[in-house]
Amino acid sequence: MTATVVGEQRETPTARSLRLSATDLRPPLAGQHIDVRLTAEDGYTAQRSYSLSSAAGADPLEVTVERFDDGEVSPYLVDGIEVGDALEVRGPIGGWLVWRPESGDRPVQLIAGGSGVAPLMSMLRTREATRSATPFRLLYGATDPDRVYYRDELARIAADGVQVDLRYSRRVPNGSDLVPGRIGRAELEASTLPPADEPSIFVCGPTGFVEAVSDGLLAIGHAEERIRTERFGPTR
Amino acid sequence: MAIFSPGFRGRRRDTNPALPPGQYEEHGFPVLTAGPTQRVKTADWSFTLTTESGATKSWSWDELMALGPETIATDIHCVTSWSKFGTSWRGVSVDKLLDGVDTSAGFVMAGSYGGYTTNLPMADLAGGKAWIAFEFDGKPLAPEHGGPARLLVPHLYFWKSAKWVNSLTLMERDKAGFWESLGYSMHGDPWLEERYS
Repeated sequence: MTATVVGEQRETPTARSLRLSATDLRPPLAGQHIDVRLTAEDGYTAQRSYSLSSAAGADPLEVTVERFDDGEVSPYLVDGIEVGDALEVRGPIGGWLVWRPESGDRPVQLIAGGSGVAPLMSMLRTREATRSATPFRLLYGATDPDRVYYRDELARIAADGVQVDLRYSRRVPNGSDLVPGRIGRAELEASTLPPADEPSIFVCGPTGFVEAVSDGLLAIGHAEERIRTERFGPTR
Repeated sequence: MAIFSPGFRGRRRDTNPALPPGQYEEHGFPVLTAGPTQRVKTADWSFTLTTESGATKSWSWDELMALGPETIATDIHCVTSWSKFGTSWRGVSVDKLLDGVDTSAGFVMAGSYGGYTTNLPMADLAGGKAWIAFEFDGKPLAPEHGGPARLLVPHLYFWKSAKWVNSLTLMERDKAGFWESLGYSMHGDPWLEERYS
């Protein structure tokens, strides 16, 4: 199906959000992804999956793309494509890393590593769009303050009552008393909803991040069946 | 009708005829799992096959090894568009588990530690097409890649190659497994691009 780029926003030096009008697509759930297919003028094609960051059912849709310098598709989506251009899309796809506002008021803990925040942003935006009273908390790990997506919107969401904890693995903001480091068990105990709250937990990020976080969540006593994960990138 | 992307050229590194449609070549080994990684010791491991009439057969780790592992060199294809060429595995053919089993089942549900399931036609599991794999690249299969043992069905998209596999249930009628009930294909042939239902 055809989607048209109707808006764009630079999130970081290496990431851009694209707003896509795709009226033929079934309305997505919060956390689903779409496949994007690019076709060169000689017919060569390349396809990738991108999580949607827009709220469930939103039109236009939004994807946030991180540029991988040796990537084939991401450099074009971050630096090449322009408003008004068309793309081929398919979806929405995936029904696992999904939050449904009608699913009840069990609290939700979101844990994002890097660009893994995109599908979790979709859940935050869905909570807001549906005026859900479900308690949400976000723990978001980025390498440094310049790599944080949706900075202004997250600040606004935090002011509206969702606890947002930003952590940095390499460099913290000037004047912050945070210590740079990876998110481990101690950070999870300090900055996420406790097992006694029995939250639904959604974890999305690079493989090593998700492995460390999900092992840490099990170690502090969260039940496996409440943890849903999505990993990307190669193992190291 | 194709929609052209002005200025998009792509890398052209993907002209390999071994690459199914819509796939690109990946040199790493990405991990995709819906939940936490399972950590199962081989001493605690067991595998159960259940026929459509309810008869069961079980194997311990040592009993599996005694069935005679073989080396498998193959390409693998993930539905998220990456393919990895020339991977090397060791595993026990599913034919050896099915040997002497009285069945006319057309379909199989594979089950795993942690509760993952995936359904496959028997024709895609029998006949030297599928293994219980426990070594990758000469080393014991790492837990995040499904160790101690995963199903290996390399001619189908890789979600059919269930990590931490511990059972096969033979079925007369096809039934959707985990991803299959969430919109993914009941079959998953990468050459036919059977990604979604």
